[in-house]
Amino acid sequence: MAATALSSSSTRSTTLPDAWRVEVFRKDGIDDPEGNHLLAAVRELGAAKLERARAGRGFLLPATLTRAAVDAIVRELFADPVLDLPRIVAPKTAPERTDARVQRVLVAKKPGVMDPIALTVRRALHRTGLAPDARADDFLVTTFRAWELVGTERLARETLAEIGRRVLANETIEDLSIEEEGLAFTRPAARPRHGVVPCRCATRGDERLLAISREGALSLNLVEMRAIQAHYRAQKRAPTTAELETLAQTWSEHCKHKTVTGVVEMDGERIENLLKQTIKAATLELAKPWCVSVFHDNAGVVEFDQGFDLCIKVETHNHPSAIDPYGGAGTGAGGVIRDVLGVGLGAKPIANTDCFFVGPPDLAREDVPKGAMHPRRILRGVVAGVRDYGNRMGIPTVNGGVWFHPAYTTNPLVYCGTIGLMPHWAATKEVKPGDAIVVAGGRTGRDGIHGATFSSIELSEDSETVSSAAVQIGDAITEKRVLDALLQARDKQLYRAITDCGAGGLSSAVGEMGEHTGAEVELEQVPLKYPGLQPEEIWISEAQERMVLAVPQEHVKELLALFDQEDVEATVIGTFTGTGRLVIRSAGECVADLDMRFLHEGTPKPVRKAAWKAPQHADPGCPAPKSHAATLLALLSAPDIASKEWIVRQYDHEVQGMSVLKPFVGVQMDGPGDATVLQPLATSRKGVAIGCGASPRYGELDPGAMAEAVIDEALRNVVAVGGDPDRTAILDNFSWGNCDKEDRLGALVLASKGCKRAALAYGTPFVSGKDSLNNEYRVGDTTLAIPPTLLITAMANVPDVARCVSMDLKRAGSRVYLVGRTRVELGGSHYLGLLGLAGGRAPRPDLAEAPQVLRALHRAIAAGTVLACHDLSEGGLAVAAAEMAFAGTLGLELDLAPIGIERAVGATENPRAGLDPDSVKLYAESSTRFLVEVAEGSANRFEELVRGLSVTRVGTVRDSARLVIRSGGPVPIVELDVEELRRAHRGGFQG
Amino acid sequence: MSSSTTSVSNRAPMSTNTNTKPNALVLRTAGTNCDRETVLALEQSGASVTVMHLKRLIAEPARLDAFSLIVLPGGFSYGDDIAAGRVYGLELRHGLASHLERFVARGGYVLGVCNGFQILVESGLFELDLTQPKATSGARAASERNLALYDNASNRFECRWVHLRTEASACTWLAAGERMPVPVAHGEGRFVVRDETVLQRLIGNRQIVLRYVRVDGSPARGAYPDNPNGSVYDIAGICDRTGRVLGLMPHPERNLTPWNHPHWTRLPQRNEGEGLSFYRRLVEAAAGVPV
Repeated sequence: MAATALSSSSTRSTTLPDAWRVEVFRKDGIDDPEGNHLLAAVRELGAAKLERARAGRGFLLPATLTRAAVDAIVRELFADPVLDLPRIVAPKTAPERTDARVQRVLVAKKPGVMDPIALTVRRALHRTGLAPDARADDFLVTTFRAWELVGTERLARETLAEIGRRVLANETIEDLSIEEEGLAFTRPAARPRHGVVPCRCATRGDERLLAISREGALSLNLVEMRAIQAHYRAQKRAPTTAELETLAQTWSEHCKHKTVTGVVEMDGERIENLLKQTIKAATLELAKPWCVSVFHDNAGVVEFDQGFDLCIKVETHNHPSAIDPYGGAGTGAGGVIRDVLGVGLGAKPIANTDCFFVGPPDLAREDVPKGAMHPRRILRGVVAGVRDYGNRMGIPTVNGGVWFHPAYTTNPLVYCGTIGLMPHWAATKEVKPGDAIVVAGGRTGRDGIHGATFSSIELSEDSETVSSAAVQIGDAITEKRVLDALLQARDKQLYRAITDCGAGGLSSAVGEMGEHTGAEVELEQVPLKYPGLQPEEIWISEAQERMVLAVPQEHVKELLALFDQEDVEATVIGTFTGTGRLVIRSAGECVADLDMRFLHEGTPKPVRKAAWKAPQHADPGCPAPKSHAATLLALLSAPDIASKEWIVRQYDHEVQGMSVLKPFVGVQMDGPGDATVLQPLATSRKGVAIGCGASPRYGELDPGAMAEAVIDEALRNVVAVGGDPDRTAILDNFSWGNCDKEDRLGALVLASKGCKRAALAYGTPFVSGKDSLNNEYRVGDTTLAIPPTLLITAMANVPDVARCVSMDLKRAGSRVYLVGRTRVELGGSHYLGLLGLAGGRAPRPDLAEAPQVLRALHRAIAAGTVLACHDLSEGGLAVAAAEMAFAGTLGLELDLAPIGIERAVGATENPRAGLDPDSVKLYAESSTRFLVEVAEGSANRFEELVRGLSVTRVGTVRDSARLVIRSGGPVPIVELDVEELRRAHRGGFQG
Repeated sequence: MSSSTTSVSNRAPMSTNTNTKPNALVLRTAGTNCDRETVLALEQSGASVTVMHLKRLIAEPARLDAFSLIVLPGGFSYGDDIAAGRVYGLELRHGLASHLERFVARGGYVLGVCNGFQILVESGLFELDLTQPKATSGARAASERNLALYDNASNRFECRWVHLRTEASACTWLAAGERMPVPVAHGEGRFVVRDETVLQRLIGNRQIVLRYVRVDGSPARGAYPDNPNGSVYDIAGICDRTGRVLGLMPHPERNLTPWNHPHWTRLPQRNEGEGLSFYRRLVEAAAGVPV
C-alpha cells in the first residue's frame, strides 16, 4: 500500500534554499498586532525576559528571476510602502544579522501542504506581467512565516522550540526552524508509478487479512475482509489495490454508517436497522408535505417561500480537528458548504453554524495528556478555522455553541452546519448514461489520503504523527470561485447531477453518482497539484474544494467555458455508463473494475450487542447554597454559560444582509439570543430561525432523556424568537464512543429511541443527520470515551420577521411570566456541577404537554403580545432572568413564591423533603420553560392565548437596573446590579 | 436580483440614457462576497445594476463608458492573501488605472466598501487630484502611496455595529453632521497615514468623509469598540479630491431593511434601515452624470 509524502518525518531543510527569499516585517514605529500577540503568548509560557516580538511574512521565489524582477515584485505586491520594510535575500545566502539580540523562528508548510497564498501570488504575478511565466508548472512559489524575538538575554534553544511548538507551528503540517535559516524549496517527491498492484488475499487466513487491512489503513474488519475475499475468489482473481481502496472508502463507517444501519441486539430486542426504525421512521410517519428531500441527498430540503426551498446539513470534523484544529475546522466548514453546493443541483449557502465541544479552558498544562493539545489552543484554532473559511466564503456564521467537559480534552468535537437557499426545481437530480464526468475546483494532491477511514478509528497519542496525511488545509477562495461558477451553470441547466468530493474523494463521489449507471474514469485526466501520484492516491485523495458533475455531452463545452471564465479548473475525467461497473483506467491500464452492486450493497451487516446501565450515584438532592447571589454570579461566568462574544464577533454574521435577530441582542448587544433569524428573500417577510440544543451532562446520566431534552431545547430556541414549531425541521448529529462496546451502543439505542419519541410528539421531522462514532482516545491499554453527545439543530420558518422577539427586557412596568413547569430534575445541572455533586435525574420534557406549550407560545408571539422571551436552559431560571435584565439594562423583580415544584416526568416518588425549594426553582433545568415579558396592555390577550397551560406571573420589569429575587418574604434572596451580572457573564475565558 | 453575472452585452445601456435610472456597475472577482446586499441597495435606490467580473472589464475597459457609478463591494478578494485588497489593487493599477481616472474625471462616481475600500486605497485613486482636467497619469507605482488600511488593533476580525458621523467634506452628496448606525466586519480596517502631514492634507482637502463616533454622536477618540479598529483620527471613510470616489470600511448595505438594526426590537416601527438613504443619495448624485 502506498505511503504518503506528507509523512511525519521532518522535511525541514538544513540547506539554504536556492531561491530568492523575501521577508516583510513592519517598519519600526508601526504597530505589529501579530507580534504583540506572540509576545503575550510567550509571556504566558513564562519567558518573561522577552522584550519584543516581530511577525514577518516570507516568500521564496525561483532563483531564475532577475534581481530587478524580484525588486518589482516586492515593491508592487509583497510590501506596503506605508507599513512595511522588506528584506530581499539572494539565493543560497542567509539573511544578514544586524542585531545580535534577535532570535529567529521560521515556520514553513511542509512540501505538498496546501498553500493558498502561494497560489494567489503565482496567479497575480502571471496576470499583472510581473512574472509572465508564473503559472507554469515549474514556477515554484512557497511562503513561510518568520518570527523575530528580542529579549534582554537570549532564550535557550529549548525555550524557542517550545514557543515554536506551542504557539507558532503545528509540526504535523509545518516545519519549524529554530535559529536556522534553511528552508525547503521543493515539491513532494515523486515516486515511480507502480501501476496495477493485485492484492493477494484470495487464499490468506484471517490474520493475514487483518494485517492487510491494518497495514493499508483500510479500517476494514475481518468480516468485511472475508466478504471481499469471497467476492474475488468467485471471480478467480485478486482485487487490485485501487479496488481494495475503493471498497475501504465506500464501506467506511464514515461513508456507510454501518453501526446505525446494522443489526443491534439489546435487552432481548433485535433491531434490524436502528436509523431506519427510529429517526427515519419518525420522519416517514410524520409525512410532512413540506419535506422536499430527506435523508437521501447531501442535505435535507424543505419548502420555504415564493418557489424557493431551504436545505440544511450539519457535519462533524472531529479527528482532523484534534490533530490540526485550524485546518480541521476550516475544512469541516468547507466540507459542509460543499454538501449544500451538492444537494439537488446545488443551493446557495446563506448561513453557517458551528458547535464545539472541548476540554476545560482552565486545565493545568501538566494535565494535558501526551499527544493532545491544550483545550484553549484547540478552541482558538477551531474558531479561527471556521472564521477564515466562512468569512472568506461570504456566508454568515449565525448560530452555535461551546460545551466544555474534561472528556473532550483528547477528543474535541467540531460540528459545522450550512443552510442553503435554492429554487424548488433544483432540488432533484439524475445521472444519465453517457453524461460526462467533470471534476471542478481544486487540484488533486496527496492531502487527505485516508480521511474517511481515519475518522473511523480511535485516536491515540500517536495519531498526531501517523495520521498527518489525513489532515487537509482549506482554500476558501477556490471554493468561492466554484460557488460563483456553479450557481450560474445550475441556472443555465448545464449539468444533470452534482455531488461534492468529500470523504473518500473521487472514489466516493463517482461511486455514489454512478451507483445506478456505472462509470468509467481516466485518472490521467485528473488535474494534479504536482506529479508523481499513484493511481489509487489520485482516486482516494480528499484534496479539498472539488465537486463532481454529470454533464450531458452537448453542454460540456459551454460548462467548461463558464468555469474557465470564473478561473475554476474543470475537466472531463470520464463518462457515466450503463454497465453497472466502476472502471478506472490509468496510463492505458485498467486499475479497477468493480461491480457497483457489490460496492454499494456487498457490505456485510454487522450484528452488535448493546446494553445500558445507568451510572450509580447517590441522590444528591438539591441543597441550598450559602448565597444565591454568589451562586448566580458563578453560574454566569461558568465556561458553558459565560459569554461567547469573543467567538461570535470574529464571524461575519451580517454578510448577505439578511440578519433579523443576531446572535447577540440587547442594548449593548451582549445578550445571548436563543436563536438567530434571517430573512433569506428580500421580497418576502418570511424568515428562518436557526437554533440548537445539546447536553453531554444529561447524556452521561440518561441518553434517552437527553435526546428528548435537547430536541426540546432546540425547539425552545427557535420558538422563543418567533419560529413556528409546526414548520420546524430538525437534524441529529451523534458523536459517540466506540460502538463495538456494548454500553456505548446501548446509549446510542436509547438516544435514538428518544429522538423518535420526541420527533413524533412535537411533529418535527428529522430531515438530515450524521453520526461520528469511535470518538475515543487510547493511551496505552485504556481508552477515554466522550460522553454521549447529540447535537440537535432546528430550522424553523418564521411567518413574519416583523413579529420576531428578542430576549432583552424592553420596558419598565411590563409583566414577566414563567411558562412551563419546574420539576425536581437537577441531574446534570450546572448548579449541582458548581457544588461538585453528581447524579440526580436529568430533565425530560413532558411529551404530552410540551408541544402544546410551544404552539401556544408561538401563537402569543405571532399575535404580537410578547415583548421579550428567553428560554430556560443552562443555569435555569436564575441565569435566564439575569441575562434578560443585563441585556435590556433594566431591573427585574421576581418572586419565586407562586412557582410550583412538580415531580420529574416519569418519576413515581414524591419530591424528597430535603430539597431546598428556592434552589430548585432558581437552578433546575427542566425543559419547555420560558420567561416572557408582556406589556401590561397585552396581558389579557397573552393570558388568553396560553390558557390551560402552566403560566405563572413571577415578576415585573423595573427601571432600577437591579435584579431582585424574593421568595415570598420581603427580604430579597438575590439583589444584584445588572452591571455586576453583565461583568460576570463577560468574565471567564475570552480567547 | 436582476443582475447578470456574465454578460452585459444585451443589457448595455444606450448612450441616449436620460439617467433617471443611472447605470451602476458592481465589479466583482474571486472572493467578492457582498454582492447580494450591494445589488439590493443599489436597485432599491433606483439604479440599474450590472454585475461584472473584473477580468471582463480589464479585457474590455470601454464598457465603463456606459456607467455613471462603479461599486466595489466587500469580500475577501483573492483571499486577501498577502494583504487585504493587495492583489485586486495591483490589478486595477496595472489593468485599469487610466480608464478609472478618465471615468472619475468625466464625473463618474466610485464607491468602495470594506474590501472595496481596501482595494481603492491599494489602487492609489484617493491620492490623485482629478479635479483639474489633465492628461491621465496611467499606472502608478505602489511606492507613491501614503495611505494604508491594515490589521485591527485588536488583531482580530470583528463583526459589530458602530456609529458613523458624516464630516463636512468634498463628498457633497452626503450632508455633514448626520449619524448612521452600520455594521463593520473586517480584520484589516485600521486606517493609517504615512505621517502627520498626510493627515493634515486629507483634512485640508476635505477628504475625510466618515468618522467613528460614540452612540451619542461624540467623537470616539480612538476608544475601542466605538472606534473598532484603531483608525487614526477615527477615520471610517475618505474620498478623493473630487468627492466622487468614496471608500469606507463599514457596510451601509447591510442596514437596508427595518429589521437589520441590532436594536430594532427596542425601537418604534421603522420603514427602512439608515443605509438605504445613504445609497439613495449616492444613486441620485450619479443620476446627473453624463454617459
